[in-house]
Amino acid sequence: MFTLSPEGQEFVKAELKRYETTYSAIIPCLYRVQKEHGWVPPEAVSYLSKLMAIPEAHIDEVRCFYTMFNQKPVGKLHVQVCTNISCAMNGSRELADALCKHFGVNDGEVSDDGKVTVSRVECLGSCGTAPMMQVNDQYLENLTTEIAIQKLKEMGA
Amino acid sequence: MEVKLLSEHYEKPEFQKLEGYKKHGGYQVLSKALKMDPKAIIEEVKASGLRGRGGAGFPTGTKWSFLPANGEPRYLLCNADEGEPGTFKDRLMMERAPHQLIEGMLISAFAIGSKKSYIYIRGEYDYPIAVVRAAIGEAYKAGYLGKNILGSGFDHDMDVYAGAGAYICGEETGMISSLEGLKGQPKLKPPFPAIQGYLRKPTIVNNVETLAAVKYIIRDGAAAYRKYGTEKSAGTKLFSVSGNVVRPGNYEVPLGIPLKTLINDVCGGLRPGRQLKAVIPGGSSAPVLTAEESWKVTMDYEALAQMGSMLGSGAVIVIDDSNNMVDMLSVLMHFYHHESCGQCTPCREGTGWLNKIVHRILHGHGETKDLDLISKVAQQMMGKTICALSDAAAMPAISFVTKFRDEFESHIRKGGHTAQVRGAAHA
Repeated sequence: MFTLSPEGQEFVKAELKRYETTYSAIIPCLYRVQKEHGWVPPEAVSYLSKLMAIPEAHIDEVRCFYTMFNQKPVGKLHVQVCTNISCAMNGSRELADALCKHFGVNDGEVSDDGKVTVSRVECLGSCGTAPMMQVNDQYLENLTTEIAIQKLKEMGA
Repeated sequence: MEVKLLSEHYEKPEFQKLEGYKKHGGYQVLSKALKMDPKAIIEEVKASGLRGRGGAGFPTGTKWSFLPANGEPRYLLCNADEGEPGTFKDRLMMERAPHQLIEGMLISAFAIGSKKSYIYIRGEYDYPIAVVRAAIGEAYKAGYLGKNILGSGFDHDMDVYAGAGAYICGEETGMISSLEGLKGQPKLKPPFPAIQGYLRKPTIVNNVETLAAVKYIIRDGAAAYRKYGTEKSAGTKLFSVSGNVVRPGNYEVPLGIPLKTLINDVCGGLRPGRQLKAVIPGGSSAPVLTAEESWKVTMDYEALAQMGSMLGSGAVIVIDDSNNMVDMLSVLMHFYHHESCGQCTPCREGTGWLNKIVHRILHGHGETKDLDLISKVAQQMMGKTICALSDAAAMPAISFVTKFRDEFESHIRKGGHTAQVRGAAHA
């Protein structure tokens, strides 16, 4: 049975009152699910639907529309390498390939030890410090493959 | 060359916090504005010639004056969804100077009579979100937000709303949909947001840089602001310069600066031994300029429009001769295909086809007639959809295959085996 922590449930109640419409609480509540579970499983939808009194179909279409809601589990370190134009010009695609190879994963897969997922993503607004990647909530910039692997090791990869 | 009006104190860490911000005159302009007639503020902003800094370049004061002149509740939304590839100025502004944005928003909100505003920040910007939230907390505590601000009788509440990963939410009606708890799909206009926006209430959506600039227009007056820039492109602009320059970064310069000066003098020029090939002057949606055009153009709305491109968000992507233009276009087409919200058929299908055709060429399976096909598909995508994303994908496609046709043809002739295709491109 999917559930949120007692604090998570309190969070949902508070968010429902925070905005002009309860629907605005959907995105923040999906974030809360992801914070507690690492991804947003489909079961979370019916759970939130009951808690928030919003139709399941509506919550699910929001869950599926936004790319930051993980549709499947990710590693403890979610490594998202920007491969848009300025980063691509500065070697980010080679960086993404090297990281995939290093951790033995394909794009979007979780490593066998559950520690790492490497994904290629679109522009993260850090083009002046290319190539860069986002690891969970943190931006790591001006990377080389060596620096990226070193930093990921320090973060527990 | 550089004119640090908005960015004067960005290098000082103390500027991020209320105490440091106040040391540099923080919230004094708000205090001045609250004693003014709101109509006079709108007139001053109109007179300044300030145009939207997010991409469309629409005159800010004119946008404000579209609001109905009744007492209906209205909202101010700050567009901090910054997703246009190449753009990273709003992130800097929020990280270094959150109170500057809040003060600019409060002055703007007072001018348009809004009691509630949201700052919609893209979800990936975890740190800027934290900084802005903390600054809003400080502002409430100090009485700059809430009831009866500075004893003026003006009430205003402000909140941050985090997006969740969707380029389309940078389009103002997509942003409104997202804030309403829906998929971030744009809405048909008219009605424009100023008439019916957030929850069908009158709403003004302005970019971070636009709202911050309002503070300086009210502080120094429209005439002083107009000293920078050109007659029709007034003021300063933060340009995000990235790609193949020695010193990429955000630089505040007067509008109208030659692109050559921006690249060579402000950003340290190209890397040694490299030649300029192309520049995308206003974010990935702006039609590309050849090297020859780039060395001639000035960075203002009119000169770039005359050159068939646009100033957009001020994201300057500098491309040197180490890059393959087929490869560059393939990156952009993958992006637009990925980010199309799927609502309008010409965009949903068109971006998919452009992406497929360009990748077919990239991987050596293209034919010369594909270049005409790209232009044809792109033409059919323009002006036929609810929002501008479709056009934003079509314009770079057309400009790339038109201006760099020789390079595309040569790539096709050599079966995709040209130099400089680096990294495994997206499928």
